[in-house]
Amino acid sequence: MLSGTLSVEALLDRISSETRAQIAQRQLDNPLMIGIRTGGAWIAERLHRECGLETPLGVLDISFYRDDFTQVGLNPKVQPSQLPCPVEGRHILLVDDVIMTGRTIRAALNELFDYGRPASVMLITLLDLQRRELPIQADVVGGTLVLGPDQSIKLSGPDPLILTIRQRD
Amino acid sequence: MSEANTHCPLQLTPNGQLRHFLNTEGLPRELLTEILDTADSFVDMSAQQVKKVPLLRGKTVVNLFFEASTRTLSTFELAAKRLSADVLNLNISTSSTKKGETLKDTLMTLRAMHSDMFVVRHSDSGAAHFIAGQVTPDVAVINAGDGRHAHPTQAMLDMLTIRRHKGAFEPLRVAIVGDILHSRVARSQIHALRTLGAAEIRVIAPLTLLPHSIESLGVKVFTDMACGLRDVDVVIMLRLQKERMQSALLPSEAEFYKLYGLTREKLAFAKPDAIVMHPGPINRGVEIESAVADGERSVILDQVTNGIAVRMAVMSMAMSGQLAMQQQTGSDNHNG
Repeated sequence: MLSGTLSVEALLDRISSETRAQIAQRQLDNPLMIGIRTGGAWIAERLHRECGLETPLGVLDISFYRDDFTQVGLNPKVQPSQLPCPVEGRHILLVDDVIMTGRTIRAALNELFDYGRPASVMLITLLDLQRRELPIQADVVGGTLVLGPDQSIKLSGPDPLILTIRQRD
Repeated sequence: MSEANTHCPLQLTPNGQLRHFLNTEGLPRELLTEILDTADSFVDMSAQQVKKVPLLRGKTVVNLFFEASTRTLSTFELAAKRLSADVLNLNISTSSTKKGETLKDTLMTLRAMHSDMFVVRHSDSGAAHFIAGQVTPDVAVINAGDGRHAHPTQAMLDMLTIRRHKGAFEPLRVAIVGDILHSRVARSQIHALRTLGAAEIRVIAPLTLLPHSIESLGVKVFTDMACGLRDVDVVIMLRLQKERMQSALLPSEAEFYKLYGLTREKLAFAKPDAIVMHPGPINRGVEIESAVADGERSVILDQVTNGIAVRMAVMSMAMSGQLAMQQQTGSDNHNG
């Protein structure tokens, strides 16, 4: 039974070095990093610095693309996505903090493709909870975790970044 | 198996979500604020490269306009299309004498086409409420103006415009000027301003264009423009409803302009940073001087932009609420 906090720094170190390795291995020319609001954007800010990328960081808000519109309704706090340049023909590094069912990534991909046609999309995540409901696969994973049925995990930030596992009473 | 709470007003689901948007009256402040926040995000979005979102994809929105309108109709159409909905525009004349029967038949026909949302404009007060009562929960209804009663989306886009220019509502003095008697816009604005906590709401009009006992709505009445405009933060000019006037309520348009038209001289009584609004279309030289309408204090064109965003917001929210109710009824049936 897990509870408490996880070390974000250790996970960040791992995805940072792996991302740099992948960029070199795949020979990605001038990649565009995009973080998914909010947790993914915080992670992406750190990663963007450590990878020393030229192109400014982009932020994606997927609220309008969610598939659970009828259950949770609209989030009135949604802010517009901000992409510093066109997506067309670019190699995208898509960053999220936690991947579970894969639905957030599905929404992010749909939104990305409404902006244009990327050359490729590489998916980077801090944590994989391995409870997929869709065939989505991350290319860079900091760590995997299996939560109990009454547990959830949340990243708080932007500074300090803390991963907390919560037990539902 | 649960029944819908019969005590909740028609516009809201039992847990307070919007399911129809008929009226600003009686809606809680939190909900009006949620509409404004949601609309804000749509305004920002429209300035981006991708102007469409998939929120209403696969849904059919029918614009049921029993009263002519190009402007309101086109903004609702644009709003629905930016939400990726399929849009059907129906302009129906109200020449039929058996109005009630014909209306019901029209609704039955549209229901058979599996529509998801009706946007209704009608010359009879209460029409939108009537229609909502007939078609709920299968269809969400948005009131685009009914008789002299309400024009809630116009009021909310005005609120959004005020908020985007002025910030909080609490310190504001707002003046509404013109044909208050015939204005459904004014009524909806007054209810919204009160709920959102504006410091002072003033109406400025000749006695013949003021409804009886309008003070009971919580407004201060002025018949003199100079007094009424003193130190206000927001001036909302109303269109002179020529087609609605059935008796000689004014000597002439020229007389109206002299006493109640917004000129640069009259605007000087308001605060130096006061904003000038008008729901449109403007009658230059009747309610407002061209120099003011085109001047730097005028936010009339912002109102148009904000109108699309507000309509996107209420359509998404009402669709979401109605879908949630349909789902719940569906699952209740399975469990029951």
